[in-house]
Amino acid sequence: MHMADALISPAVGGAIWAATAGLIAYSSKKVTEGLDDSKVPLMGVLGAFIFAAQMINFTIPATGSSGHLGGGMILAILLGPSAAFLTIASVLTVQALFFADGGLLALGCNIFNLGFWPCFVAYPFIFKRIVNGQSSQGRIFAGAMLASVAALQLGAFSVVLQTLFSGISELPFATFVLMMQPIHLAIGVVEGFVTAAVVGFVWKARPEIVTPASHPAPIDRAALRPVLIGLLTCAVITGAAFSWFASANPDGLEWSMFKTSGHEELENRDGIHASLRDLQEKTAFLPDYGFKADGEEPEGEAESPPSWPAVDAGTSVAGLVGGALTLFMAVLIGLILKRRGNNAK
Amino acid sequence: MLLPAGFLFLFYGCFTMFKIDSNLFDIGRMDTLATGDTPLHHLDPRAKLITTLVFIVAVVSFGKYEVSAMIPFFIFPLVQIAYGDLPLTYLLRKVMIVSPFAIFVGIFNPLLDREILFHFGSIGISGGWVSYLSILMRFTLTVMAALTLIALTGFNTVCLALEKLAVPKPFVVQLLFLYRYIFVLTDEAARLMRARSLRVFESKGMGFKPFASMVGHLLLRTLDRAQRIHLAMCCRGFEGHIPILRPMRFGIREVIYVAAWTMVFTLLRFYNLPMKLGLFITGLFT
Repeated sequence: MHMADALISPAVGGAIWAATAGLIAYSSKKVTEGLDDSKVPLMGVLGAFIFAAQMINFTIPATGSSGHLGGGMILAILLGPSAAFLTIASVLTVQALFFADGGLLALGCNIFNLGFWPCFVAYPFIFKRIVNGQSSQGRIFAGAMLASVAALQLGAFSVVLQTLFSGISELPFATFVLMMQPIHLAIGVVEGFVTAAVVGFVWKARPEIVTPASHPAPIDRAALRPVLIGLLTCAVITGAAFSWFASANPDGLEWSMFKTSGHEELENRDGIHASLRDLQEKTAFLPDYGFKADGEEPEGEAESPPSWPAVDAGTSVAGLVGGALTLFMAVLIGLILKRRGNNAK
Repeated sequence: MLLPAGFLFLFYGCFTMFKIDSNLFDIGRMDTLATGDTPLHHLDPRAKLITTLVFIVAVVSFGKYEVSAMIPFFIFPLVQIAYGDLPLTYLLRKVMIVSPFAIFVGIFNPLLDREILFHFGSIGISGGWVSYLSILMRFTLTVMAALTLIALTGFNTVCLALEKLAVPKPFVVQLLFLYRYIFVLTDEAARLMRARSLRVFESKGMGFKPFASMVGHLLLRTLDRAQRIHLAMCCRGFEGHIPILRPMRFGIREVIYVAAWTMVFTLLRFYNLPMKLGLFITGLFT
């Protein structure tokens, strides 16, 4: 479910990064205020635990595939929202840097999708409410299961929205939602089982580890505030990003209607800039492009602006040729530098 | 439409689940690369971090049908790899095996956007394929940039740069701690796995119950370890943050590095060089 740099626009990536940075700053402040030094190594080691636990796989009955711990919910249960959020953020940062899971711009989205929902929404409003200070195997199971499913559903939906607003992927909203939500329902159920089983195990062995975190601490306003601020920022930002995107490009439906109406081919021929036209008319080494302007076309139409998207045959071929050459040159420069470096040694 | 999509996504899910073990072995290799001794390695990490971010923003800001204008951007990772004496094939292989979310989501573009954008000979190229190619290009460029950053700098040094760039201290401490203990705990998990595999006769997959108790035990050991670490740190005068003594200097070389690359990126972002070159070459043949 990791979002990727390749799928997001700078506006969406930057906006979500801003929200994530705010949450990191807020959580850092909270953790520092907590005055409990012992949490610092605990967070670090638990983050590493997530990596280690992911090495251990179990077989999912009747499917032949295997599952492992995702970890967001378990961290929230063991550490509380702020500390867990920082831990998840650090895990995702390591993954982004070393495994290039997603990328650096998309890291903001990933931290938000996989950290914000479990820590600041699913844990306080679902797990805490259900367990409510009276831990029992059943309550822990119900809480962990519902919280995991909810967190993953919200996270998957965020991925859909971020992809949609970025406008790089062609997937329509409905199809994407219908794919992402059921699959993440399955993943969420598996995650819920695993979380419940591990937390239940720890609770049986060392109840004091699980219980203090799930005390019926009143849902204080301070805990609610980051949630509201986060949601609000998100809403404002996505709204802004969406309008920005919408004004820049006609929406997909409009565009496909425009294209299927048949105008597109005509205009592609006409939309060639006048300055390029002579050149293209003479170009003959790949004769079948179909971009030569027909003689009988009126001059006036040739001046019309290029249709959206402004890709036409002449520029595309030039792009291919030039692109190949540039790539070749980039590789050549790299090789020369490398050789020089080796000689210098 | 939905059915093949669902299958693809399921396949993607299985794929991501298997890759975590092999990934962990790579961290060590990347750290070894970061101990290299080239001018790029000695550059202040802040300069490299900022330049990489500028690069990524420049690349992802292209329109969705843009392909040719992105190609010159390969110059950045390639020059870094050459100057930094990094193994190109190893990094390329890493790019190929990383999380394929973008590739899986992007593959729907050719299926959904079938309008012909232009003709190549008698073959029509649809908008979907162009935008998919564009996605693959972004993917390769951004991933390569991130990987070269870490291979030239090393994780701890990137963390120091983050701290100097006003990232909250607790988060930086958390990153350093996490990185320190990944190796310790994955060793622990590997020992657990080995012990189990020696005691089961067939290489059957693990059931859910043993899995839960194994992960639970690992968690208990982890918690005990955290307590020991905390006591040891208290003995050494820990008060909430890790002081760092390494000096960092953002000198004239760093300024030149950042400014020069930013200028190159700006130039390449606004002038489609391959297009100009292609027009020039095709012009020569007429």
